[in-house]
Amino acid sequence: MAGKIATRSAYGKALAELGAKYPNVVVLDSDLSNATMSKFFAAEYPERFFNVGIAECNMVGVAAGMAAAGLKPFTNTFAMFAAGRAYEQVRNSVAYPGLGVVCVGTHGGVSVGEDGATHQCIEDLALMRAIPGMTVIHPCDGHETALAVEALINYDGPAYLRLSRPNTEVFTDEMEGYSFEIGKGVTMRDGADVTLVATGLMVGIAMDAAKMLEAEGISARVINIHTIKPLDCELICKAAKETGAIVTCEEHNIVGGLGGAVSECVSGCCPVPVVRVGVEDQFGRSGKADECMAYFGLTAENICAKAKAAIALKK
Amino acid sequence: MKNITNQELALWAARGRLLAVDAVHEAASGHPGGSLSCMDALITLYFAEMNIDPADPKKADRDRLVMSKGHCAPALYSALALRGYFPVEDMKLLRSIKAHYSGHPDMVNVPGVDMSTGSLSQGMSAAVGMALALKHQGTDCRVYTICGDGEMAEGQIWEASMAAAKFKLDNLCVFVDVNGLQIDGATKDVMPSEPLDAKFAAFNWNVIKVDGHNFEEIRAALAQARECKGMPTVILMKTVKGKGVSFMENNAGWHGKAPNDEQLAAAKAELEPIIAALEKEVG
Repeated sequence: MAGKIATRSAYGKALAELGAKYPNVVVLDSDLSNATMSKFFAAEYPERFFNVGIAECNMVGVAAGMAAAGLKPFTNTFAMFAAGRAYEQVRNSVAYPGLGVVCVGTHGGVSVGEDGATHQCIEDLALMRAIPGMTVIHPCDGHETALAVEALINYDGPAYLRLSRPNTEVFTDEMEGYSFEIGKGVTMRDGADVTLVATGLMVGIAMDAAKMLEAEGISARVINIHTIKPLDCELICKAAKETGAIVTCEEHNIVGGLGGAVSECVSGCCPVPVVRVGVEDQFGRSGKADECMAYFGLTAENICAKAKAAIALKK
Repeated sequence: MKNITNQELALWAARGRLLAVDAVHEAASGHPGGSLSCMDALITLYFAEMNIDPADPKKADRDRLVMSKGHCAPALYSALALRGYFPVEDMKLLRSIKAHYSGHPDMVNVPGVDMSTGSLSQGMSAAVGMALALKHQGTDCRVYTICGDGEMAEGQIWEASMAAAKFKLDNLCVFVDVNGLQIDGATKDVMPSEPLDAKFAAFNWNVIKVDGHNFEEIRAALAQARECKGMPTVILMKTVKGKGVSFMENNAGWHGKAPNDEQLAAAKAELEPIIAALEKEVG
């Protein structure tokens, strides 16, 4: 898969490929199939694709009914509407009865770019992980995304899958020993001085940061947390004990997302400094994707600075 | 149960009303008004219409019912208990911390409940999804749902209505319990929903209007709904909120209030003779 692909595109292609193997899968979209990439599935299996129009709340409710009748629905819209507009439908119609709907939110975070703040959802990880029993997944590249899709087809419970808009490098396919399991973090790189815990597109950026830190004589571990809930607290606590400082990296508000989840985890097992890299509690803005990322400090340079700050906080 | 008589249905409905009012009294909270107004429709569905098996609540080829106006769980649970899904005595455990009969329908824990509901209008979408799935799977199972007329103010009702028409869900039949009252008062004052017939017709639905306390009319409407092809059916049933308990009738105050001991006694004094008389007639 080497090269660049958006996780939303990798998702759409994986779903279309897996459609033959899993006849129970049905796909719903709310007039965004060209952007969510559910169009690939729609082209292969028109009889299993349901466009419900621009009505996200109804889409989630319809999917709940379909799951209750034994199908495996994937709902598709932007993260803003999947987790924001339809939040209560996800909570009450899907999660409360424990139905196996996969709610897909593409265009997560500020890398949405030009569309600006109304379409840059930076609260979805917090909203979704606050729901009891919800599984929350945010893959780092196209290869991991494809594996997550099949794992979610086989997962019998409510889930949220956050995907990204821009084309980004695929790197997990060439990683030795890499495997995907819901709820299991992946140590991307070992290190002793600090641990960078990242999710989604920030995993690749954290890897870049680790290389920059290495050049300065700082040994940074990088953990890829593709599953924000259930969180791999065991792996994070081990890293806290062994490296003594953590930096969380997410394309999300620093309130309630990965930074919140990791802080909750280490405060109970091994309290060490946790410094959060993310959108600092403000709304997004229009710009090109990489410009937006840079504007909000979602860069390797900022991660390096925060890593040094975290190390300095060590007792 | 297709050949059950209307008199027998009236008997089960009267028993259901007593059970629901008693349960709400025992719980000291709950929603008697709307439970009583939709009881006749619910009893008709569970005793005369739906293909179900209380001994096998999850059987794959069953018809489904989604109580979209989930606060009327006392009515749904009463119908299910009387139909044999769980012991009638369990109705005493409605809303109790000691059991699993939650204040709004819970499909995970209460046998016979096909969808967890409570947040208004979400049941309507779930019913659309079930009907769509059952059609997609090539079954002839039908899906029923009961909405309130106050619930019609929710935008999601109309999102779901558009989708039901688009997907030609002729296996979906929605009742709207038009009792004209909601928590804050008369529906026409809080948020006028009428004309519901013209609204649903404009959304490409088959529209039937009935007296929601007339079993003959309800059964005829259900038969007509089965015959209608290519579009979903809505049965707009004119009802009396609090029906069967005189002091609760047409009184918005009984939307979400439990009767005290004296009021329960008064309700029983009205319903028990009706039950006794119907038992005698039915034999």
